[in-house]
Order: sequence, then structure tokens, then C-alpha cells
Amino acid sequence: MAGVHIDKTVDARGSYCPGPLMELIKTVKAASVGQVIEVLSSDQGSAKDIPEWVKKVGHELVLNEKAQDGDYWKIAVKKVK
Amino acid sequence: MAKTVVILGGGTGGTMVANHIARSMKDEIKRGEVSIVQVTNNPDHVYQPSFLFVAINHARVVDYTRKQKTLLSQGVELLVDPATKIDPKSNTVTTASGKTLSYDILVIATGAYPDFNSVPGLAEAADNFYTAEGAEKLRDKLMSFEGGKIVFTVDVPHKCPVAPMELTFMLDDFFRKKGIRDKVDILYTYPIGRLHTLEPCANWAAPKFEERGIRSEVFFNVESVDPQKKIITTVEGSEVPFDILISIPAHKGAPVIQESGLGDEGGFIPTDRYTLKAEGYDNIYVLGDATNLPISKAGSTAHYEADVVSENIISELRGLPVSHYYDGKVFCFVEAGLNEATYITFNYNNPPKPVPSSEMIHWFKLAFNEMYWLSARGIL
Repeated sequence: MAGVHIDKTVDARGSYCPGPLMELIKTVKAASVGQVIEVLSSDQGSAKDIPEWVKKVGHELVLNEKAQDGDYWKIAVKKVK
Repeated sequence: MAKTVVILGGGTGGTMVANHIARSMKDEIKRGEVSIVQVTNNPDHVYQPSFLFVAINHARVVDYTRKQKTLLSQGVELLVDPATKIDPKSNTVTTASGKTLSYDILVIATGAYPDFNSVPGLAEAADNFYTAEGAEKLRDKLMSFEGGKIVFTVDVPHKCPVAPMELTFMLDDFFRKKGIRDKVDILYTYPIGRLHTLEPCANWAAPKFEERGIRSEVFFNVESVDPQKKIITTVEGSEVPFDILISIPAHKGAPVIQESGLGDEGGFIPTDRYTLKAEGYDNIYVLGDATNLPISKAGSTAHYEADVVSENIISELRGLPVSHYYDGKVFCFVEAGLNEATYITFNYNNPPKPVPSSEMIHWFKLAFNEMYWLSARGIL
């Protein structure tokens, strides 16, 4: 976590619908190029499907880790275009 | 002096809250201790889930429209005068006609609206079934469609997350019954890497798509549409032609929320997921599509939230602490064709498990379309 500057955090814990990736897509679209968006997700599938989308679109994955203080994941994405 | 509850919004959530409080506090209202004012943009109340059926000519908008005043319990004052500004510092709301309303408790149920300008070319090129006019225009096109390519696109956030899949199944069935399914190419697209954000729904739908010859493309986020060439370009780099584009665009919150500086970048209000109070405001509740909560924007969500908001407002008006908490519950019927449906129910902690689709569940859905008016009145 050290060294990663987060511009916005989306707390999508407990979200099945629309779900963490949909929340992330919405937020990334509204963000400026260069901003870093962090998603908190209680769905372990996010650790796989968020990086998959980020790679497909061409943004940058800057963090993907399980939080030490709880049963959820922290995934951060930098909007690069 | 009466305690005043002002409710902004005349849709599902606002109407249920107004009626629930009025029915439970009729004595206090009669004694002049409590007053309830509902502020709306529209004298009519339209049951939006009917648009799905309007698009395939199985319903008419007029049959799912009621005068708002006929839905309200005695004791609710209706003001058809759009709210233009909320000032939480002075606890007032200003309306388009220039009235200033003071409140002790404010309920914001101002909804979400499809933004057809969210993507270049979309407004000119796309059809939709998320507005009454859009559903009727789409119906006219679909009823005379003799073949070609129909493409569904979905953007986030949007209302009623199962509706795009429902219309896909219904059109497949419709064109089969019409005998021209072999001439119609149906392409369903979705923003993430499966057919629906709810994985159990995606898993439920995938074999049906396969069996019915419905094509799909995932990781499909529309970047622009060329209305002349009829081509969609996606963020992921696809270019897809279409004859009819059925689009569910990104939604925004109501203009009054943005005007008042209460919303996020999309105009949705930061809301406590359990108490449904606006973050930072102890006397403002938010429900339905107006919240920023990471849950479905749907009438069902507003319905369950309305119970929590109403009960807590009644408690507060009677000098009791709030004691009801929203658990994220949502219930949705899901049409799987013209004569079959399933349903899903889930909350913050439990994912849905779709049951096999059946004709009986389809009839439950049609029955609820009629029973809705009892729910709006706070009876069911």
C-alpha cells in the first residue's frame, strides 16, 4: 500500500449488483487521466475480473491485495487514457 | 407547531414513504402535529417496469399510469412543482414556482435518469425502453422489423439491471413466434466479462443463450456511435454494425441534486447503507435510485428501503431512536421469454440463486404488475 496515491476509493463491499467491476467502470469513466481509483471488494472474483478488464482496456493495475484488517480485497487502477 | 416531512419525488420510493407514514400517523396528522408534503415533477405516476412489455406490444403505457393524487393516503399534501434547490443549512427546499418549503425531516427519492448524451452519437442512433416515449418508438420499429441485426448495449450505472437480458429473451421468443428468427441476428453485449454482473444470473443465462442462438460479446463498453454508418465503437476496441441499437445508457441523478451540491459526479447522494441517511445530515433520508449505494437501482430496492425509512421517520417523530436498518434486500422477477420467468433475491451478504424458469413465475410477474398500485399505496 505504501507509495500508492489513491485519488478516489469506491467501497463496493457487499455489492452483488451492480458489483465491484461495474462500480469501477463507472468511476473510471468519470475520472481524469492519471487518477488512481481504489475499489474495496468483498467478492474474491474481483481480484481476477478487475485485472482482466484493466488489461483489456489498457489501464494500469497498481494494487491488488487482500486487506490485512478484514476479509476483503483492495484493488487500485490508474486511468492512463 | 407541526413537524414537517418533505418528500422529494413522486416515484415508487417517495410514494411508499408518504403513504406509509400517513397511514401510521393519521391521528398525529389530524391533530396538526405532523404534516407530510410530497413534491413531484409530474402529476402522473407511471409504472416504469411496464416499458419492457410496451416494447413488445404486450402493454400500453396508458394502462400503467395513474394520477399521483389518487395514490396518496389522506393526510399527504401533493405539490406538483419541481424542486430546484435543497438547502440543508436552512432546512429548506425551493421549487420552480418560487415556493420555499421548510422541513424538519427531508426524504430524497428523486430517482435516476438515462443520459442519452453520455456517449457521442448515442442520442441520434439508439432506441431504448427506459422511457415511455422510447418504449413506444422501439415497439413501432420492432413490430415492423422483418430482419437484420439488433444489438443491445449496457452502460453503468443503470436502472433495473436484469431488464436488458429480459428483453433479449423476449425478442428471441417474439421473432420465433413470428417465424423470422432465422432472419434476425440478436447480439447482447455487456460491460464486464460475463453476461450479467450477478454471476449466478450470468451462469443461468449462458446455456439459454447457447440453446437459443443469441450471440453475445462481453467487455463491451461503448465509446461512440456513428449514427450515419450505424456502427458502435467500444473502449475495448470493437467495431460492431447494427440495424437497431437498443441502448441502456449511463444514468444520472436528478438535476436538483447536482444543483444543490449534494451528489457525487453522477448526481447520486452519498448515503449510509444501513440507516439510509444522507452522509453528514441527520435529518435527510435518501432512498431508491437517488442513493450512491452499490446496489441495484430498481423499484424493488426502493420498496424495501421505503419500509426502513418510513419506520425510522415515524420513530423520530415520536421521539424514539431509529431502530430499522436496511440489509440490502432486492427481489427481481426475470423474464426468460414471453411465457417463462425466474426470480432472484439477494442482500448485502447473500448472493442470489436463480431457480429454474417457469410459466408460473411469469404469471407472478404479470400479477405483480397489477398489484404494484397496492404497494405504492403502502398497503402491500
